[in-house]
Amino acid sequence: MSEESFAYTPGLITSSATLVTKIRALPIKGEILVKQGDNVDFDTIIGRCHLEGTPYIVKVSEILGIDPEEIFKYMTVKVGDKVSRGDIIAKYSAFLGLMKRSVIAPVNGVIESINELTGHAVIREPFKLIEVTAYIRGVVKRIIPGEAVVIETPAAYIQGIIGFGGERHGAISVAVSRPDEILDEKKLNESHAEKIVVGGSFVTYEALIKAQKLGVRGIIVGGVNIADLEKFLGYRIGVAITGRENIGFTLILTEGFGRLPMSERAFNILKQNEGKEAAVNGTTQVRAGVVRPEVVIPLKRGVHAGEEEIELLSEGRVKIGSIVRIIRYPYFGAIGTVVGLPVELHTIETESPVRILKIRLQNGSVVSIPRANIEIISE
Amino acid sequence: MFILATDVGSTTTKARFFGKVGDEWHFLASGEAPTTVEKPVEDVTKGVRNAVKEVEELTGHKIIDNSSEELKFIMPYRGGKEGIDVYVSTSSAGGGLQMLVAGVVKNITAESAQRAALGAGAIIMDVLAVDDGRESYEKINIVRFLRPDMVLIAGGTDGGDKIHVKEIAEIIAMAKPRPRFGASFKLPIVYAGNKDARDDIKNIFTQDYFDLRIVDNLRPQIEIERVEPARNAILELFMEHVMAHAPGYEKLLRLTSTEIMPTPAAEGLMIRVFAEARNVNVLGVGLGGATTNIYSYFNGRFLRTVSANIGMSYSIGNVLKEAGLDNIKRWIPLDLSDDVITSIIYNKMIRPTTIPMTLTDLMVEHAVAREAIRMGFNHHKYLARELKGIKKERTISDIFEEVRGEETYIDMKRIDYIIGTGGLLSRAPRRAQSMMILIDAFQPIGFTYIMQDSVFMIPHLGVLTKLYKDIALRIFEKECLIPLGTVIAARGSGNLGDVIGDVTLEHSNGKKEFFTLHVGEIRRVEIQQSEEVTVTVTPTKSFDFGVGFGKKVSKKVRGGVVGIIFDGRGRPITLPQGNERVNLLWSWFKNMNMYPEDFIKGGAE
Repeated sequence: MSEESFAYTPGLITSSATLVTKIRALPIKGEILVKQGDNVDFDTIIGRCHLEGTPYIVKVSEILGIDPEEIFKYMTVKVGDKVSRGDIIAKYSAFLGLMKRSVIAPVNGVIESINELTGHAVIREPFKLIEVTAYIRGVVKRIIPGEAVVIETPAAYIQGIIGFGGERHGAISVAVSRPDEILDEKKLNESHAEKIVVGGSFVTYEALIKAQKLGVRGIIVGGVNIADLEKFLGYRIGVAITGRENIGFTLILTEGFGRLPMSERAFNILKQNEGKEAAVNGTTQVRAGVVRPEVVIPLKRGVHAGEEEIELLSEGRVKIGSIVRIIRYPYFGAIGTVVGLPVELHTIETESPVRILKIRLQNGSVVSIPRANIEIISE
Repeated sequence: MFILATDVGSTTTKARFFGKVGDEWHFLASGEAPTTVEKPVEDVTKGVRNAVKEVEELTGHKIIDNSSEELKFIMPYRGGKEGIDVYVSTSSAGGGLQMLVAGVVKNITAESAQRAALGAGAIIMDVLAVDDGRESYEKINIVRFLRPDMVLIAGGTDGGDKIHVKEIAEIIAMAKPRPRFGASFKLPIVYAGNKDARDDIKNIFTQDYFDLRIVDNLRPQIEIERVEPARNAILELFMEHVMAHAPGYEKLLRLTSTEIMPTPAAEGLMIRVFAEARNVNVLGVGLGGATTNIYSYFNGRFLRTVSANIGMSYSIGNVLKEAGLDNIKRWIPLDLSDDVITSIIYNKMIRPTTIPMTLTDLMVEHAVAREAIRMGFNHHKYLARELKGIKKERTISDIFEEVRGEETYIDMKRIDYIIGTGGLLSRAPRRAQSMMILIDAFQPIGFTYIMQDSVFMIPHLGVLTKLYKDIALRIFEKECLIPLGTVIAARGSGNLGDVIGDVTLEHSNGKKEFFTLHVGEIRRVEIQQSEEVTVTVTPTKSFDFGVGFGKKVSKKVRGGVVGIIFDGRGRPITLPQGNERVNLLWSWFKNMNMYPEDFIKGGAE
């Protein structure tokens, strides 16, 4: 056995030029509005479908005080009829009209069923039109009829560790000069409206509030104080399944919770692409089949990235000389170079026997770190 | 004879290899590899092959038949180091079996339905009931949003009310939840309600969209609960539908000697087989990254529950959310700010594969583990209740609250064994850490033996019990479980330093030890598992060691790798405030030899 061993680590993707492919699927079968080879923009509607309305159960027999099997006697509408909210749909009258009761439609819709077993009527709300956008700028590579399209573009691509808020796009505006700088409210102004703002190591609570007021579309930053974020969201996060937050913009953390300088590489890519339109999506699912938030900056083919320059995205392989980032205390966020990959198990401070790697930090010191606790920045 | 068992987990496939050496069965080797359920591989057998390859490399035993592209094992055994006799597997790939449960009355049928589904190894996404306080349209939206793998419907006693169970069925039928797997998939529905409503149920769930299975009513009468038929139907449908839609399962099914079981169902089965064989009352916990499973076998009754979002990696943030920071902090004697503790927990949530590097980080994770098990156990006790027609109203948010002793049939005084499994427990650097986590979380009373698994293999042995119960049981007891020791604790409370009782410890060689146990004290006596000692406790009238307040008790007990623990903290354990709490925690950790001496010394100063 060699004295060194290899380690594979899943690391987040950070690439200045790669080929990004997105499948844009309709939630249910519908109509695709683009064709293969079409150029699409962020907002291009690629397809639409009609989502069946929500059914609404009206407990007719209970409201009228009749037996379920009598329901047809008192219904004033029939299956298939259109009704509007407030319309009378069933009426009951007894003692020569002295006792009257009626049932009104609680929603707009169509009478879908009247059931004499349960005494219920069902009103189905109208179909809802769902339109799906391209989300990124690119070329339609493939169509799955009635279901989805595949869009491709050369792009700079950065994955974050966790995000909040869904899909948005805007021009990139870098509001700090270094990746370890803090994004506070003073650094945000009117010019950032509708922009994707790049911060450094940390975004303050006040800056989050101001971004919301200014109409910022996105913030990409190293970290945030967890208490600030939860105050901003209005609840404790619990599980890392996000993307549906209604915060007015999309927040992407590239490193995690705390004051954590954005990786130099990600920062430089964003800086180089300042002014370009980017798509951001905060959707995160830290579960088996992990989904991480992303920044996609479409590039023009041949100008910024010829085919030969495009990197293939693959799982990282740690080697001697790899640049890695430590992702656990006490060295959280520190960047260093791998100088050793010993095969044998080492006992760390907790007394756990684990496989480690030796990393030379930027200050010159060499530390032993469990292999599970690093991310590759470059091989 | 050689047996290969795999567990296809949601992230890792774990192979375990067992063999008979001489007259004894042994665990021989393990191999692990990433589960290959997702793109680009999309074939679980690839992950199985990689994990088994590791076993081959470690043992030199040939298992894989390399003559074909498709995974095949050399079966039967060919002699020497070639071939195996049996191959079994469990699976929780794709997030396990996610179910929606519906009943008429929340505290009656819906509760029984929950027990049936949980017993089959399911994760319950939501429980719908006619009286759950939600409007029909809200229920419909929930069903649509959740996209369950399967739905269990119960309600009405046989010959009783039909209308309500039909109403709940109608809601599900109208919502037409989209299944997780493809458009051709028919949503499996198990109906275990009033038998007189079966025809109506058939009309409600049309064949074009649903695959309806009708089984015996799980509450045929209000005072009778019969969950087996529903549980079996769930397992059958799980095999036919959910598993069959995971890529590569068909191939895997052709290889196994018995049906593939959901991982938690197999884990529960092993614990149940052990409890039945030894005729003992057992509590078990599977503390995972995403979920916490609790098992109990009490006076012949088996129950499994899963707390879906309580776990140590993916769900660690939710433990903080549900338990609250104060409950986690109370187990940490270090001077850490709220921000630091929260950041450690949340950063673990977003990077779930990282491991603690410092003792501070480790201690924070251990604190979270206590709370995760405590909440999981409260959830369990909520379902471990006597059948009643009329019960005190509780909301779903109450399930992590303490369940008063009289509400659950699990009597902590009569629990013989507590068994812990899961990454955090089995990887704890010192066994005393996992023992203490289990004691603090379950708070056993009287005399209780604590064990943990050595290498994750309880599910593997659980599925093996289907074929070879004795072999599985033998390996479980001899090789799988690590005997941590006996904990002896009393119910009651007092002021710190008050006398709990006088203790006599008589060794097998006749040597006797005497001491007085005080409130707030933990005393550990190093005694091996092989040694049996007689412990006699004479408590004061404020304390009960399982036989009554102030009553003397004498029992023969065994030691373990940690020893015999005399826990003088009373039950329930209440922690004082401020420095008193910090000092107490350090004294417990020191007496338990839980962390390195320097660390404890530094902290205690």
